[in-house]
Amino acid sequence: MEALTLRGDARVRRRRLVNRAAEGAATVAALAAVGVLGIVVWSVAKRGAGELSWGFLTKDLPIPFSPDKGGIAPLLAGSGILVGLAAAMALPLGVGIAVFLEEFASPRVRVPIQLSVDLLNGLPSIIIGVFVFGLLVYGHPQTGWAGSFGLAIVMLPLITRSTQEVLALVPAAQREGALALGASRWRTVLGVILPSALGGIVTGTVLAIARAAGETAPLLFVTSIYGRTIGWNPGHALPNAPVQIFIWSESADPADHQRAWATALVLMLFVLLTSLLARLALARTRRRLG
Amino acid sequence: MRPVTMAPMRPVDVAAREEAQPELGEAVFEIQGLTASYGANVAIRDVGLEIYRNVITAVIGPSGCGKSTFIRCLNRMNDEVAGFRHEGRILYHGIDLYGDGVDPVEVRRRIGMVFQKPNPFPKTIYDNVAWAPRVLGLKKELDERVEKALHGAALWDEVKDRLKRSALSLSGGQQQRLCIARAIAIEPEVLLLDEPASALDPIATSSIEELMQELKRDYTLVIVTHNMQQAARVADRTAFFSLEVDDGGRAGVLVEYDETPKIFTAPSDKRTEDYVTGRFG
Repeated sequence: MEALTLRGDARVRRRRLVNRAAEGAATVAALAAVGVLGIVVWSVAKRGAGELSWGFLTKDLPIPFSPDKGGIAPLLAGSGILVGLAAAMALPLGVGIAVFLEEFASPRVRVPIQLSVDLLNGLPSIIIGVFVFGLLVYGHPQTGWAGSFGLAIVMLPLITRSTQEVLALVPAAQREGALALGASRWRTVLGVILPSALGGIVTGTVLAIARAAGETAPLLFVTSIYGRTIGWNPGHALPNAPVQIFIWSESADPADHQRAWATALVLMLFVLLTSLLARLALARTRRRLG
Repeated sequence: MRPVTMAPMRPVDVAAREEAQPELGEAVFEIQGLTASYGANVAIRDVGLEIYRNVITAVIGPSGCGKSTFIRCLNRMNDEVAGFRHEGRILYHGIDLYGDGVDPVEVRRRIGMVFQKPNPFPKTIYDNVAWAPRVLGLKKELDERVEKALHGAALWDEVKDRLKRSALSLSGGQQQRLCIARAIAIEPEVLLLDEPASALDPIATSSIEELMQELKRDYTLVIVTHNMQQAARVADRTAFFSLEVDDGGRAGVLVEYDETPKIFTAPSDKRTEDYVTGRFG
């Protein structure tokens, strides 16, 4: 009888090598995701951090060729208004769609509506920009309303999706409990299901806000010609961060490039922090419901 | 949390209860030729029985025999299940529950239900009980109504000092009694209990069983249970369902329906006898 050996022959060793190589490649791919984020954050921070100061955050936009370096307060205010209005439009509609899909729709109606929401999510934002321009702005002055409308279209499928996810997590026993008490479906949704899902809906909305805050294309044609001071009236074009970053980076003045980097850094920090916090809160809601 | 101990159960002495059988009053439900199915699966076939007022009726049988399907037909909870269909009639005081113009919401307001697993809302104890009265517009003297319901469910003394605390802070048995309080807060006529004690420890179980005897005075109770001893202890009448296999597939059928002592001591059907003597199920 041959002596027992567990060392494996050439074929076994080859398999082991292939296995190692595949595992290594997958690990590299995973690290690449972290790496790309790291490089983006690092390069924006390196170029933009030098410019950041209290004045930069609180002053009006710079006058061209003036010695005063100016600031980005109008961009922050304008972006805040645009995104806030967009959230006010998209939130009720998105929650309504999600409630309909999860609580009321029959499978036959559900499929096409779900598909539409998913396609809307995949719609290139430049198309949203052109669409809103054609619908609301062509032949009229630019307005903040038009910009918010475009951002609302970006946010709508995100809010719908995240709301659907938390609604699906609400235990069926809660639904049955409410229905068995002689509550109508709508009262059940309003009184029992939505309150349970509230945390998830809020965080889903915050995620959508973070995403919309950086969207440029929907604003490019509809709120890009504005003054250098803070504007509060969405009836006029509102200064905003993404479009101004675009304008500054196209500028011939190297100081404008600096401003573009610094503004990009502010925007990025806002988006990263809000996404991170929203995700943490969402994980908490999931644990509570699950 | 209370430690789970094996509580001394009251001995099952169904023969001793024989003289205590109440006169049968008015029939609340008359079920005629009820067949219920989910998609292609027939859950119960051709069930016919009457359920009487202020009586505890138990539905027993092996798992899968359609006990829950049956009880969920009585307040139209099965409407919520996709693919549910039924044939036959369920008359509630002579009105077909599934007839034209009958609103399931109105049906459930009169025929309350308590589920297998306690399912209090993630609200305060007070709001759990007050929720349904508020929804139904019974807002007058709400505090009194809540207190009365909690008394009715034998829970008031345990929770009166913490009505504003979350219902989820209660123990399982307390949660189930809260669900009963929630159901009786809108003063239904019938209370359906779908294995109300199967998720509870023995102490909580016996407190629910005692409560049922109290509730019987004001309500008509139907309880589904897989626990024969429980049926023997609490029920006045017992319906035994079994699973029948034939070429059409498997379906639950009503084998025997009678006074509880008769079912447990002198069943007229061999299948009932086999089941209650523990030969199967």
